[in-house]
Amino acid sequence: MKKYLFTSRAACYLVALIILLSLPRIISPYHLTLMETGLSMAIMALGLNLLLRYTGVLSFGHGAYFAVGAYAVGLLSMYLPEHFTFEKAMLAAIVVSALISALFGFVCVRHTKIFFSILTLALAMLLFALLEKAYHITGGSDGIRIPIPPFFGHEFEGMRRFQFLCGPYYYIVVGIFAASTVLMLAIVNSPFGKALQATRDNELRAEMIGIRVKRYRWYAFVISGTFSGLSGGVWSFVNGHITPEISNWVFSGEIVYMVLLGGFMIFEGPIVGAILFTYMRLYAIATTEYWMLIIGATLIFLVLALPGGVTGGLASLYNRLRPKRAQEALRE
Amino acid sequence: MGLIYALNGLYFSAFLFLTALGLSIILGVMGILNLAHGSLYAIGGFVGAYLIGLLMAQGSAPLTIVAALLGAVVAAGAVGFILETTLIRHMYKRALEYQLLITFGILMLIEDLIKLVFGGESRYASAPCDAMGSLDIMGHTYSVYSLFVMAMALAAGLLIWWLMVKTRLGIMLRAIEMDREMAQAMGIPMRSLTITAFVIGSALAGLAGALVVPTSPAVLGMGMDPLIMAFIVVVIGGLGSLRGALLGSLIVGLTRSFTIAYFAELEMPLLFLIAVVILIIRPQGLFGQK
Repeated sequence: MKKYLFTSRAACYLVALIILLSLPRIISPYHLTLMETGLSMAIMALGLNLLLRYTGVLSFGHGAYFAVGAYAVGLLSMYLPEHFTFEKAMLAAIVVSALISALFGFVCVRHTKIFFSILTLALAMLLFALLEKAYHITGGSDGIRIPIPPFFGHEFEGMRRFQFLCGPYYYIVVGIFAASTVLMLAIVNSPFGKALQATRDNELRAEMIGIRVKRYRWYAFVISGTFSGLSGGVWSFVNGHITPEISNWVFSGEIVYMVLLGGFMIFEGPIVGAILFTYMRLYAIATTEYWMLIIGATLIFLVLALPGGVTGGLASLYNRLRPKRAQEALRE
Repeated sequence: MGLIYALNGLYFSAFLFLTALGLSIILGVMGILNLAHGSLYAIGGFVGAYLIGLLMAQGSAPLTIVAALLGAVVAAGAVGFILETTLIRHMYKRALEYQLLITFGILMLIEDLIKLVFGGESRYASAPCDAMGSLDIMGHTYSVYSLFVMAMALAAGLLIWWLMVKTRLGIMLRAIEMDREMAQAMGIPMRSLTITAFVIGSALAGLAGALVVPTSPAVLGMGMDPLIMAFIVVVIGGLGSLRGALLGSLIVGLTRSFTIAYFAELEMPLLFLIAVVILIIRPQGLFGQK
């Protein structure tokens, strides 16, 4: 049974990967860059969901780690231009965001529920204030422009940003996204992932059977923050420009929105949510001046009528439509 | 100069107190962190500015400001009533992520509704502030309007204190805060009381918003900063505590005024740092129970 599920999931992933890789031939370059934004956000949404779904705590300040990743790339390009290559930039994003999330996480994991959310929010705003006020280092609210990096010795000199994004960079993003998804799937299905779910379901019981609850929650926080940092690093090249706004709590709220939109009870939900949100937001902005009205009303509708998000809704629809006999056969 | 900084600090504190008090009541009684609280502040601001613009042409200054404040309080309270009875009421039993996200959705919704109703441009309403003039305090000129704001905040604080401590309504609200289930078991009318608490909280935000427009224009997104500041105040003072909101707003207001005067760049980082430190060492805040 388990094996059957595993192979069908692997088959779905393969199909999804093939579709992703053939997208440059199907959709327009403009939509391709949107897709890159969606895919890089998806990495962060997966990271957030490790905390929300599997650890049971809601971070309302995940933009901070995203910003740390993006600013690691930005500051590298500003202050160490001779070391500014794509692989070093990614390494910087991962290492720095792991360090910062280890530091912030250390204090956050002592709390749960609303205190956890408030503390993550306050820390994100602290970072936001620092990034904005230290303008002689970070460029303040003007932000930092991110140039096109060389990639493993290959120079893209003279290539325009749009060409770079529609050509080689798309495949890089897909590669990093696919690797992150597989890694996260391995994490949540590992003994560590199961232990996390045990701490979520009953903290006391988990402590009693020998799980060091706060330590495990901290590990989850660092992994989650590092995914966000990687996501920020990947995204910074797509956007080409970073500002402190990504550490503001409003952006962190949008990340939670993405995860809910996709559905956080299903592993792949946040990925769907991140891509869908990117498109939805852009279409709303393009069609009307009152785009926040649409986004906000959609969110309220989701919370009230579709709490399982898009994937949750589809799953329950599928379950309802599936013939009874097949359900019984599956149950055996 | 120190005196003026202290007065400015108290002036900041007055706004913070009004906004944070509303946020704190809603958080204490209903257990919901209302991210749309800043939007109710903005509604108060826009309605206040609109009324001032309308009335200042014919009426006298004191009458105008009273009408504007009343109008703003009623408008914000009414929007609060609508929000509670249509949306928030479904949220009490839901998980934290849904509670936060629905208020986040309301925040975006109201932001654009304000744009739809009042238009996108800034609204200036400095007339009452100009009309009150300024007076001389130990060689420095200081605007009378700022003193008026402080007095209003004090009066509102006293009113809420009286309401919460002396009246039956307040005793029931505090009972809900302490133990929701037990309060319900004792036959306290939960529905009407939670609505009342939400309306009071919203009205306080509206009052703060209307008080600010004579000194700085009503603009879109004006509720964002007060929300986050009120947040810090509630974190410092403790959830649902009146004394906490007072002390917290004094700490934040004075810190703000003095850092702006001496190290302007440190203002925001320092405030968030204080909030983070308090959350780490005393998560229930200075005056929170438990």
